[in-house]
Amino acid sequence: MIGIVVFPGSNCEYDCYHVVKEVLKTDGCFIWHKERHIDSSIKALILPGGFSFGDYLRTGAIARFSPVIDAVSQFAAEGKLVLGICNGFQILLEAGLLPGAMLKNKNLKYICKDVYLKINKKSTSPFISEYKGRDVVKIPIAHGEGNYYAYPDTLKALHDENSIVFRYCTADGQVTDDVNPNGSVENIAGIANANGNVLGMMPHPERCSEDILGNRDGLAIFESMVKAIRQAAL
Amino acid sequence: MKACIYVKLRSSVLDPQGKAVHMGLETLGFTNVKDVRVGRFIEMQMDDGTDKDKAHAMVKDMCEKFLVNMVIEDYSFTIEG
Repeated sequence: MIGIVVFPGSNCEYDCYHVVKEVLKTDGCFIWHKERHIDSSIKALILPGGFSFGDYLRTGAIARFSPVIDAVSQFAAEGKLVLGICNGFQILLEAGLLPGAMLKNKNLKYICKDVYLKINKKSTSPFISEYKGRDVVKIPIAHGEGNYYAYPDTLKALHDENSIVFRYCTADGQVTDDVNPNGSVENIAGIANANGNVLGMMPHPERCSEDILGNRDGLAIFESMVKAIRQAAL
Repeated sequence: MKACIYVKLRSSVLDPQGKAVHMGLETLGFTNVKDVRVGRFIEMQMDDGTDKDKAHAMVKDMCEKFLVNMVIEDYSFTIEG
């Protein structure tokens, strides 16, 4: 069972649920942010996109104090999978489950478009195991605050641990300033924790996980999650 | 008793909003502005009679736990009354 954590103002939870339930044919459930306990049947969590608590104060800053976050932290500490997409990523940053912070996009605009991502093949994060033989994928972004920032020593640690999982790139995989949509340091689009079991990413894989949407490049992330859950159960 | 809290991006962090405001000011003819940083101002009414030292410690705690993201922001505050 994959649990999808819902906050007031989340708006991508049904898209995630649809992928889990209808595309992957796996069990999914919603977890309201006031829950203090995550049932043992839940093997992975998704924090979906949206505008939790209206993005007031800072993106994710208020959601970070929802009762469920202590349980999410505990869940992550046990090595189980936690995927934060867009606002979910912002919440993980504010909660300190991932390092760094988000700033407003460099051009101050809300950006909604397809971008290409370079996958760090040195990353051992279980979230990318099903991207076999592929190192560039196309996944859409939709955010106003995705300009990732971290101190140089944090960046060094991310590099040392191969924890920078996705970087904005050209269609042929060149990581250049021209294709950095939001001003993120080093074109960072997604990072994992040292253990790899917590992944935060600004692009929305749930919006490109089936053919009818014209793109299924995002599906492998969810397939990777299911694979990791099955392996853990063996 | 009132706490006035000023939150701004750290000087090492680029402030695109400040840059946009700066450009706007130049467009309006205010050409002698060197730099603009846009921050956040929080005014907080506290119980009258709160011990001032305690209030200081409390506001600092509020800032560092919640009101300020210490990775990207700096803060200062005053307590009146």
